[in-house]
Amino acid sequence: MSKLIVTDLTCQRGYNKLFSNLSFELNSGEILKISGANGSGKTSLLKILAGLNSAESGKLSINNNNVGSYDYQSDIFYLGHLPALSPELHSKENLDYLAQLNNCSSDLEISEALTSVGLKNFEYEYAVNLSAGQKRRIVLSALFMTQAKVWLLDEPFTALDADGINVIETQITNHSDDGGICVLTTHQKCNLHGIKTLTL
Amino acid sequence: MSLRNPSSFLNPLLFFVIAISLFPLAISPESHTLSNIAAGIVWVTCMLSVLLSLNALFHYDYDNGVLEQMVISHHSLPLILLAKTIAHWFLTGLPIILLSPLLGMALFLDTQSIYVLMLTLLLATPSLSLIGAIGASLIVGIKNSGMLLSLLTLPLYIPILIFATSAVSQSQFNLPINGQLYFLSSILLISLMVAPYVSAVALKTSLE
Repeated sequence: MSKLIVTDLTCQRGYNKLFSNLSFELNSGEILKISGANGSGKTSLLKILAGLNSAESGKLSINNNNVGSYDYQSDIFYLGHLPALSPELHSKENLDYLAQLNNCSSDLEISEALTSVGLKNFEYEYAVNLSAGQKRRIVLSALFMTQAKVWLLDEPFTALDADGINVIETQITNHSDDGGICVLTTHQKCNLHGIKTLTL
Repeated sequence: MSLRNPSSFLNPLLFFVIAISLFPLAISPESHTLSNIAAGIVWVTCMLSVLLSLNALFHYDYDNGVLEQMVISHHSLPLILLAKTIAHWFLTGLPIILLSPLLGMALFLDTQSIYVLMLTLLLATPSLSLIGAIGASLIVGIKNSGMLLSLLTLPLYIPILIFATSAVSQSQFNLPINGQLYFLSSILLISLMVAPYVSAVALKTSLE
């Protein structure tokens, strides 16, 4: 069982207060979509949840472990706007590095994870030679390996085709069925069952 | 990664060799003149070439989002940064140490002084990388920040420059150099203990 608790979170960027006293709880199996206009603070909220940015005030914890602690950071898997791939490394090296940085101790081989996102035989393809959609698929293939309980996905469907979106939606659903939590931002329509929405 | 992109570490190394080889042309090719200022030439050029390589230390990781993954990782960020800094030293400091005997000979340093020069480089180039990592962390995400990096880092390099050049100069007159070597070792130990933590804090602040 996992529980993400956000209490009275306030975020200010420059002179703009993006949100204040934001509180919510997510239990195992729940998926939360954060929606809002451009600049409303969706990415800022995800970065705060990931421990990348700090909030003006408020508390957040996963299973009573506060943000920044070893257990909290082990429990999260965050994918931001940027590809998180080094152009000098090939897909296998990039995923291996990503897996080492994150809590990815799955038995699933990197080649199998890549096959799952439709990139069979792409292990030794350098990131610099890949399209934006293929790069996104490679990073998202880490979702098939991670053991993290809480997924924080910032615009995961960007640059993906319909097939790619379907694969990732299925994986998010599987994660939710396995008792995981997912928080995502997207401007696209989601076909995820039982998804909650938080509007900023 | 740098090995896949050789220009990132070959450029500072080429700068080191070319800059040193220009001094005899600009000042004087006489052995007496050159050997007197050899330690200063090698050390100043070494610092500038390390400085030249520091911009790339976190810049590319920041641009492609890998740095974000490092910061939120459950692994210790100072330890990750220490590993990156050691890798940086292997590609900048170590080649400089290996090239220094040749350049020392070109500047008419005697054998004993060349050994001392190598020893000072061995003791102090890791400190250059470690202290430089703090500067590189502070400027990550800032465009055209080369001048800022120099302003932040060079003042911290000055004690190293003073003790290292003083050790080589004193060895040319067969004077004891233990004091300078102890100071360089202390700077290395302090940098090793403190720099990764300061870099981690600076990096987190820069990413906010």
